[in-house]
Amino acid sequence: MDATFFLNVTSSGLLTGLVYGLMALGLSVIFGVMRVVNFAHGDLMVVAMYAAFLLFTKLGIQPVPALPLVAGGLFVVGYLLQRVLINRFLGATEHIQFLLLLSVAIIITNVVLMVFGPDARNIQLDASFESYSVGPLVLDKVRVIAAITAGGVAALLWAFFRYTTTGTAIRACADNPVGARVVGLDVEKLYAVTFGIGAACVGAAGCLLLLLVDVHPHLSSDYTLLGFIIVILGGLGSLGGALLGGILVGLSEALSGVLIAPSLKSMFSFGLLILVLLLRPQGILGKKP
Amino acid sequence: MSDHTTIPSSSKGITRRQFSATAATGALLTTAAAGLPLRKARAATPLKLGILLPRSGHLALIGQACQRGADVGLAMLKEMGYSVEFMNADTESNPDVGRTQAEKLIREGANMLMGAFDSATTLAIAGVAEQKGVPLVVNIAAEPKLTEQGFKYTFRNFPSAGMLGKGGLLLYKDMFAAAGVTPKTAVLLHVNDSFGMGMLNGINALMPKLDLPFQIVETIAYDPKARDLSIEVAKAKAAKADFVMTVTRLNDAILLVREMVKQQVETMGITSPGSPGMYDKQFLKALGKYAEFCSVNIPWFDPKQEMAAQLQQRFEKAHPDESCDLNVGFTFEAVLIAADAHKRAGSNDPAALTEALRATNIAKRVMIGGAIKFEANGQNMNLRSAVVQNLNGKPTVVLPAESAEAKFVFPMPPFKSRG
Repeated sequence: MDATFFLNVTSSGLLTGLVYGLMALGLSVIFGVMRVVNFAHGDLMVVAMYAAFLLFTKLGIQPVPALPLVAGGLFVVGYLLQRVLINRFLGATEHIQFLLLLSVAIIITNVVLMVFGPDARNIQLDASFESYSVGPLVLDKVRVIAAITAGGVAALLWAFFRYTTTGTAIRACADNPVGARVVGLDVEKLYAVTFGIGAACVGAAGCLLLLLVDVHPHLSSDYTLLGFIIVILGGLGSLGGALLGGILVGLSEALSGVLIAPSLKSMFSFGLLILVLLLRPQGILGKKP
Repeated sequence: MSDHTTIPSSSKGITRRQFSATAATGALLTTAAAGLPLRKARAATPLKLGILLPRSGHLALIGQACQRGADVGLAMLKEMGYSVEFMNADTESNPDVGRTQAEKLIREGANMLMGAFDSATTLAIAGVAEQKGVPLVVNIAAEPKLTEQGFKYTFRNFPSAGMLGKGGLLLYKDMFAAAGVTPKTAVLLHVNDSFGMGMLNGINALMPKLDLPFQIVETIAYDPKARDLSIEVAKAKAAKADFVMTVTRLNDAILLVREMVKQQVETMGITSPGSPGMYDKQFLKALGKYAEFCSVNIPWFDPKQEMAAQLQQRFEKAHPDESCDLNVGFTFEAVLIAADAHKRAGSNDPAALTEALRATNIAKRVMIGGAIKFEANGQNMNLRSAVVQNLNGKPTVVLPAESAEAKFVFPMPPFKSRG
């Protein structure tokens, strides 16, 4: 195995990791602001993947142009979910929140199963079979498109929280909810907007992942688990941490697949998680509680 | 029954003469019924065939494919003068459920059983068949024990695992001879579930014995539920083997070939010694021109048999979006075997049906191989694997020569030259 081979594998892992990072961003945003662990995260992503699938098959809109539509739709779903349901349980103990979101996840999976059936669905684009050759490097075209878009969405999210009034208000809620109420912020509404933004991130990630993997209803649990690994690695509540965690998982899967055995690659993500929990429990970029 | 209870009560007693006359008439009728006329009446009774398939659970997709084969075939068999009624039961992809369902079907009057796709469930059902003395025709199940355990009522028209593996691997010699090109090295990519590991063990055991002209230089296992096979394909590419051997399911077969195209893995061929996936309609649809020239060595429809063409036409008409594959073919043949035995037996008696099954000799069939005949152990040995290659968007028999519809294309054209 030569250097070119490792370079190809590493670049593939890096590109996949960026999309993983985008998927975990939503989870991190919601936890960072509301301290709610969204166990329906993977399920919302599967809903987004099916939405992108329908937009492509029925209206011919490809996943990247469909991204704003799907992310917008998921924002509305997330906003309403928080406003109507989750908001009532914000003061409840953690295990009650856990059961609530797990119930939401089970309901979503089964509704998707009833509507679409158990078969895996995929979309075929011309780009699905194309790659870029950069010297000895062969880069999968859809992976490059997905990674660049993921990077763009993450940058937009960062800019939103850094430069907009709503973003600043959400950060204020995250830092000190009582203080935010004292200065007159509508915390409930901002929480709903935050949940909507988290769901929109998942919607964007779902569109991009549809370019890389086939969608089926039971995919959700895999991605919920993966999302948790990534945010715990990077630091729960940290946007940069989520992206870093995604890249680390993508790279560890790729390199362990090559160096050990492809069928054991998922094991290394968990190994990395245990290592971080032992050495730095708050995550690589997380703040100590 | 109601007549018998009312007459004595209304007549208020019966004379000795009346009793004798009634008894004599009854005896006459009974004697007459015990002779030939009753036998004729039985022959006219349709065969009650208990069909056991995994129509739900993890094998549901294949179980439903088998069921479609039986259902489409039923109309054909009726036109051919056979008389069969189905008693359908779902094994739920679970051997225990299969056993219970078999017992229930027999209790409800099934004269014969047919099924059950997966080996573990079929073994459980064979045990019930043996205990109850009801014959079982196996449509698909490769477990050797089914015909090596001394079952008297089990008949299998499907290759055992040994026959399947050996038949698939031996065909490589014929493939390379037909192509006039002999590659020296192969890389094997296989699923790591029980089927994939079984195939791997079979290949490793048989390769040295069969004196095949190539060596497997790298073996790469992967999870059949893998979301992404880019690393596996990168590893296969790095092995720089002459051709790629695969043991796949459906979704991973699509992922594998798609990734090979993306990573520009140009190889002499993509072949499987006997696994599902690459002949499936969904594989052809998902990959289009890149599905072309992939080949699988499996038992397949005989294009030279008129009955095969008829079944395929009917199937296409009834299920245009589904694959008419070996699951359909072997299930149809199992029903044909059962119906044929019933017709010859002229009876619904399980013992007579078992004897008729033993004497089966069906030359006109749908799958490749000689006439369907069963050995003393219940195994049909006249079964052959074929090389099925995707040509012009259709799985096409290219070997054996006597059944071939087209010539085997090897080496396959590079992906990048396919427009």
